[in-house]
Amino acid sequence: MAELAAHAHHDVNVAHQFDDAEQQKESVTVGMWAFLVNEVMFFGGLFGLYIVYRFLHPTAFQHASHHLDVTLGTFNTAVLIGSSLTMALAVHAAQMSHNRFRQIFWVMATVVLGSVFLGVKVYEYYHKWVDHLIPGPNFHWPDAGEAHAVQIFYSLYFAMTGLHALHMIIGVGIMAWLMWAMWKGRFGPAYHNPVEVCGLYWHFVDIVWIFLFPLLYLIGRH
Amino acid sequence: MSSAKSVAHEAEHASEHVVGIGMYLAIFVSLMVLTAITTAVAYVDLGALNNVVMLGIAVLKATLVVLFFMHVRFNSRLTQMFALCGFVWILLLFAFTVGDVATRGILR
Amino acid sequence: MNTAIDTRPKDEPTTYLNADYTVRSWLLTVDHKRIAILYLVSISIFFLVGAIFAGLIRLELLTPRGDLVQSDTYNKLFTMHGVVMIFFFLVPSIPAVLGNFLIPLMIGARDLAFPRINLLSWYIFMIGAGFALYAMITGGLDTGWTFYTPFSTSASTTNVIPAALGVFITGFSSILTGLNFIVTIHTMRAPGLTWMRLPLFVWAHYATSLIMILGTPVLAITILLVAVERGLHLGFFDPKLGGDPILFQHLFWFYSHPAVYIMILPGMGVISELVTAFSRKRVFGYAFIAVSSLMIAVLGFVVWGHHMFTSGQSVYVGMVFSFLSMAVAIPSAVKVFNWTATLYKGSVSWDSPMLYALGFIGLFTIGGLTGLFLATLGLDVHVHDTYFVVAHFHYVMVGGAIMAYLGGIHFWWPKITGRMYPEALAKVAGVIVFLGFNLTFFPQFIVGYLGMPRRYHVYPDEFQVLNVMSTAGATILGIGYLLPMLYLPWSLRFGERAIANPWGAAGLEWETASPPPTENFVRTPIVTAEAYDYETSVQFPPAPANGSMKEAAVG
Repeated sequence: MAELAAHAHHDVNVAHQFDDAEQQKESVTVGMWAFLVNEVMFFGGLFGLYIVYRFLHPTAFQHASHHLDVTLGTFNTAVLIGSSLTMALAVHAAQMSHNRFRQIFWVMATVVLGSVFLGVKVYEYYHKWVDHLIPGPNFHWPDAGEAHAVQIFYSLYFAMTGLHALHMIIGVGIMAWLMWAMWKGRFGPAYHNPVEVCGLYWHFVDIVWIFLFPLLYLIGRH
Repeated sequence: MSSAKSVAHEAEHASEHVVGIGMYLAIFVSLMVLTAITTAVAYVDLGALNNVVMLGIAVLKATLVVLFFMHVRFNSRLTQMFALCGFVWILLLFAFTVGDVATRGILR
Repeated sequence: MNTAIDTRPKDEPTTYLNADYTVRSWLLTVDHKRIAILYLVSISIFFLVGAIFAGLIRLELLTPRGDLVQSDTYNKLFTMHGVVMIFFFLVPSIPAVLGNFLIPLMIGARDLAFPRINLLSWYIFMIGAGFALYAMITGGLDTGWTFYTPFSTSASTTNVIPAALGVFITGFSSILTGLNFIVTIHTMRAPGLTWMRLPLFVWAHYATSLIMILGTPVLAITILLVAVERGLHLGFFDPKLGGDPILFQHLFWFYSHPAVYIMILPGMGVISELVTAFSRKRVFGYAFIAVSSLMIAVLGFVVWGHHMFTSGQSVYVGMVFSFLSMAVAIPSAVKVFNWTATLYKGSVSWDSPMLYALGFIGLFTIGGLTGLFLATLGLDVHVHDTYFVVAHFHYVMVGGAIMAYLGGIHFWWPKITGRMYPEALAKVAGVIVFLGFNLTFFPQFIVGYLGMPRRYHVYPDEFQVLNVMSTAGATILGIGYLLPMLYLPWSLRFGERAIANPWGAAGLEWETASPPPTENFVRTPIVTAEAYDYETSVQFPPAPANGSMKEAAVG
């Protein structure tokens, strides 16, 4: 049986288990996508519950949804799509040059937009508290007949947007690390896997919101 | 050495494709326009079509993000398969649970 | 790679085991082989814990009255037996120990694709296990391992939240392991190792990993919702709010049925290796066995409703699930037929791993066929929640998965540790396990069919004879499990030194030293032939029947 000569690594960016940068890049990309598949299934369980309960209680869900602020929801959607653009530009910056200020600028812009989104979310949550729409002993809904179904809607609302917000908070943490690594001058045209992978994560969180927004805010508005 | 591993055929597209800034901006504008449409349509009564349009636009937006922002359009076949796989697989869960709930009462 | 002080004797080659002896070098290792050992030690402890619960259950059921424990305690016993055995032993058993150790070796790689994530998986596993242990020590859990709502969310007074968090956290360990395997198998194969040359063990783990990343997150979110509903009073399944508790069962079994295949598929991979190695014959129908693993993984996702035939789910969906459940029997049967055909006219040797493999084939067949009874909608209504079900899944999980695990541990023990174990004792243990297992669980088929329900600590007098048989069998089975737990550690010090390929088996893992060096292969191998090429390849010395491997290697 023939054997290949063991070869020493000269590229500091290639981990010892990989043969070359190309193999590493493919592994990292597929790995991140496999993780995102797992994330899809993770959120998918909640979406499944949402579909069934909306099917069972269509009008109650419609009424409950009317207490969400479409203006803020639309604004936040725009903000999040904007942050996806800045993230894509951060990846682009790393692909094109070693200019760390440009890289950090776009990541910083992403963090700022992400924080705006989270800030709006906090404001919305606060109003749900004021309006007694948080499930539990404090919950109050005028129409007793559909109060239960409305409570389920709001349980799902908080679970889905809460989990989404948690992902964004983790994302902001990841971005902080990314900026630190950029400051160290780690990334450039030859090596920027971590920037790409963090970008994939951020875009995925954006996609989740793309579905959450119409499903939660836009039920039967006419 | 780069072709030493048998993954070569899977990594045939691995040589990097850089998406231009113009393309990113075009996608961004499309996403914004689609968001505006989906919000506007919600206020028009289309009956059951409302949900179809709403989800159709959401799927379209997600597809744009996946293909261009997430570079799947330019990735290896393997990455494309994984990207598709998650979104298809969750439909199994939806199909059977909704199938159960929708047909549960019929015999009673 | 390793810069620690070299303390090993001069004549010993560097291996992954003697590269460094410090505790730190073990707890911070990123070597897949060392991480496999970490898992081996931790899951062995959990196996013991789960076995003690099982022993107490069998002891209680010796008599028809509740002599030993009260019903509350009994509920906790069977719950904790299930939780520990499933989430903390069976799910990680073969993948995290043997898969972790062998996949990079079998595909000629230096490590998994993400070594640090691999270590992280182990830490996540241990944190989750910590939560579960906390739940057990501070009052236990009585929901059954299935955490059914609304009992778990509102009625139970036991430690549901810490146990649920334990399962939730451990799930991520499983997900990350699966992710690592998938990427590794896709991108790290040695030159020439095409998909159709991959060992069947690797195929089985690929299919398993797919289930891990597609199914486990659904369990994670579901079990998290149970904890949230219980702790924060958000309503998801609560019938008092108009919620549907059966939805919990849908989400739960969407993972937990495929999880059965997480437990059995790697076992099937092990058996494929053992049967070919000890028949000294090319495996019959390689492609069929490989593809059947994927078929099982895919079909396994659309049969979960057969756990819910009596739950009140739609009878139409029930019929579809019933039909699909029978369809899963096809790829499983393909495997059994192909193993049997591999044995046919092979030069079969009766070494201890082979005893476990043959035991597996017989017991898995019984477990699988009784599964068909249960998949039949009408019959299931009769035997649902009886000991028939208990016997069925123990034939698959214990008679299948654990037999394969033990067979695999014996087969690769020389590779993992560099030592041979006492073969005669191992054969005795294998026979004891087989006999003890059947005496434990076969009577349960009968007593279940006669109508004894599971999960009760008292039962009518007429069932006592069969229960006494079962408890006696459990004692024998316990002895059978205890023996390897004694002689395997013994062999670490006193066992004969193993050569690189003591069984004369085919496969890249046998080409490197026993135990392997940290970097697995001194030179990256190039693969030029398909797996199990026993007829044409003459590079390995044939294993002698009398089991004296050392002389065979010299001669």
